[in-house]
Amino acid sequence: MATRLQFENNCEVGVFSKLTNAYCLVAIGGSESFYSIFETELADVIPVVKTSIGGTRIIGRLCAGNKNGLLVPHTTTDQELQHLRNSLPDSVVVQRIEERLSALGNCIACNDHVALAHTDLDRETEELIADVLGVEVFRQTIAGNILVGSYCALTNRGGLVHPHTSIEDLDELSTLLQVPLVAGTVNRGSEVIAAGMTVNDWTAFCGSDTTATELSVIESVFKLREAQPSAIVDKMRKSLIDSYV
Amino acid sequence: MDEDKGMFNVQQTIGTVLCCRCGIRMQPNAANMCVRCLRSEVDITEGLQKHVVISHCPECDCYLQPPKTWLKAQWESKELLTFCVKRLKNLNKVRLIHAEFVWTEPHSKRIKVRVTIQKEVLNGAVLEQAYVVEYVQQDHMCESCSRVAANPDQWVASVQLRQHVSHRRTFFYLEQLILKHDAAVKAIKIKQMDQGIDFFFGNRSHAVKFLEFLGSVVPTKSRDDKQLVSHDVKSSNYNYKYTFSVQISPVCREDLICLPQRLSSSLGNIGPLVVCTKVTNSIALLDPFTLRHCHLDSDQYWRHGFKSLLTSRQLVEYIVLDIEIPSPPMEAKIGGVRYLLADAQVARVSDFGRNDNIFFVRTHLGHLLNPGDHALGYDLYAANSNDSELEKYKNLVLPEVVLIKKSYEEARLRKRGKPRKYKLKHLEMEVDDRARVDEEKERSDYEQFQRDIEENPELRFNLSLYRNKEYQEESEAGSMADDAAAPLEELLADLVLLDESDEEEDEGMRE
Repeated sequence: MATRLQFENNCEVGVFSKLTNAYCLVAIGGSESFYSIFETELADVIPVVKTSIGGTRIIGRLCAGNKNGLLVPHTTTDQELQHLRNSLPDSVVVQRIEERLSALGNCIACNDHVALAHTDLDRETEELIADVLGVEVFRQTIAGNILVGSYCALTNRGGLVHPHTSIEDLDELSTLLQVPLVAGTVNRGSEVIAAGMTVNDWTAFCGSDTTATELSVIESVFKLREAQPSAIVDKMRKSLIDSYV
Repeated sequence: MDEDKGMFNVQQTIGTVLCCRCGIRMQPNAANMCVRCLRSEVDITEGLQKHVVISHCPECDCYLQPPKTWLKAQWESKELLTFCVKRLKNLNKVRLIHAEFVWTEPHSKRIKVRVTIQKEVLNGAVLEQAYVVEYVQQDHMCESCSRVAANPDQWVASVQLRQHVSHRRTFFYLEQLILKHDAAVKAIKIKQMDQGIDFFFGNRSHAVKFLEFLGSVVPTKSRDDKQLVSHDVKSSNYNYKYTFSVQISPVCREDLICLPQRLSSSLGNIGPLVVCTKVTNSIALLDPFTLRHCHLDSDQYWRHGFKSLLTSRQLVEYIVLDIEIPSPPMEAKIGGVRYLLADAQVARVSDFGRNDNIFFVRTHLGHLLNPGDHALGYDLYAANSNDSELEKYKNLVLPEVVLIKKSYEEARLRKRGKPRKYKLKHLEMEVDDRARVDEEKERSDYEQFQRDIEENPELRFNLSLYRNKEYQEESEAGSMADDAAAPLEELLADLVLLDESDEEEDEGMRE
């Protein structure tokens, strides 16, 4: 199910939030409405955590993660790191990495099995990604842009890429990622996909400028219509309950 | 280049995305919206003028460009299009690609122009749109037309041209020159006066231009005055009538002149008796006995202001009895014309056969004259001159005859009454009733002028002669005709259009 919302009158929700299959990170906003929408959708399924990274609110673009782990840049303070470790489930490994390109959200696009990385990423970082997130890493560009994390939104069911991506590129990426890909836009023709929306296997949140056409494309490529959260997170729930005890 | 390095270049096919608004498949663009959605979203013609009022003068077909300029433009012409586009405000914010007229009924007083503009919208997408601007044409007489309508004879500047001599040869020559150079095109009215012509212009600058033209072809002296017609106190605008009074020097070609003593000595003691050979904007003088020549500028002449001793009216015909060329021959080439000093024995035609009055004279026409020829010259022997300059010279021996030119009278007698090979055009002149016009004198003057241009190719140089349709080629064995008359090659053929016989254009047949 795709929802349309705004963060403080700004439609770029992918900048201020990070959504995975196991958790959701939300920026500390001026009004509580942003947080409450996420809460309404996700509260009984996965934890929704309010946080900041490096004192900033642009957490969606600074960190990259999936159900296995979360990578945060070196600008993250110790308190924030601790807060994250406390709030997130134990199965999620939170790792701070020293990397020159600190906007990890813009440099890495990942789902639970495979990740696309910025071509100039360090070798150690690549290994860390493979370790922490448990994914296979491919260095790629999308429509000639090296910021793969910005121009592509990826889940285990499908992916949405920059509208100017050629057909050959789409085929190649699709083969690498093993998911169906579609070139499209979000937020009324904006090409920066990942900044305009955030998505996981059963739900998506888009900026309020997103047109009905774009929403229908998103819902169809990520297969959100028939998605039920329960089927996916059952396994996770068991692990959660275990830990409380 | 990539192929050389062994790199494999994948062919990039642009895929299609759905338009974010209407969902149709389209090629991705900067706005990621199909053209229709973009156009419905953004109207780039917003804020641009669609309706303009322009003023048009029905008399002269001009359009007003405020505040004061009137532009002449034809209906649906390029100038009109430029003018219409210029009248649109705010067009500098968008880029103009194309403009064209949409047809409207000519008397509907509406002009429609379809303008195509380009503007950048959203994030870099450039949109092109065409829209129609309607111009309402309001009729409003322009200033000059209203002034003309109010008083058709209104002139602002006038040039009064005068020459104080008893003949009008200069004015005939000037008339032809003016026609050739179109100097009087802007004249509102031309009036023939006693001893001169008046030209009236609508603009002071036209009069000044005409004045300068005159100064370049004849030696003139001018002065100008102005007369206040009206004046607007509030805006301090003064309307004047300007009058330029121009005097042409009374010295003409073939005149005999006695130079004042001071001028003669300043010119190198050129003999006090000189013949004027050519008058353009300077006067060329030739001493017929020594073949010395000099030029007098307009300014120089007017400083002394001398008059001719004898003019061409007083030419008398002589028969040349004998020509002797002294050796070594003294010849000179002045102004392209060869002169040869010779001693001649002449007798007046009136004397010839009756008495034995023979004159021995020195003449500069040795190259032309042969015994038995007729020549025209000034009879100083019988003349009674009343010239103050002449009296100032003491010990001056006057020659008895000064020969000026050869006479073609006999050849002319043969051709009398037959039409000439060429004809000349005329300026449209109003003849003043007050002026005393002697018809006979005018006609003989004109006849003389025509003979002059026939005989002198240098005089013909500046004029346009047109072929006379009525002239029939006659197989005359007169060599005189070929020498004297203007050769056919110099005549301009007149193109007479079949419909209107008044319209004549000259087709240059000049060599």
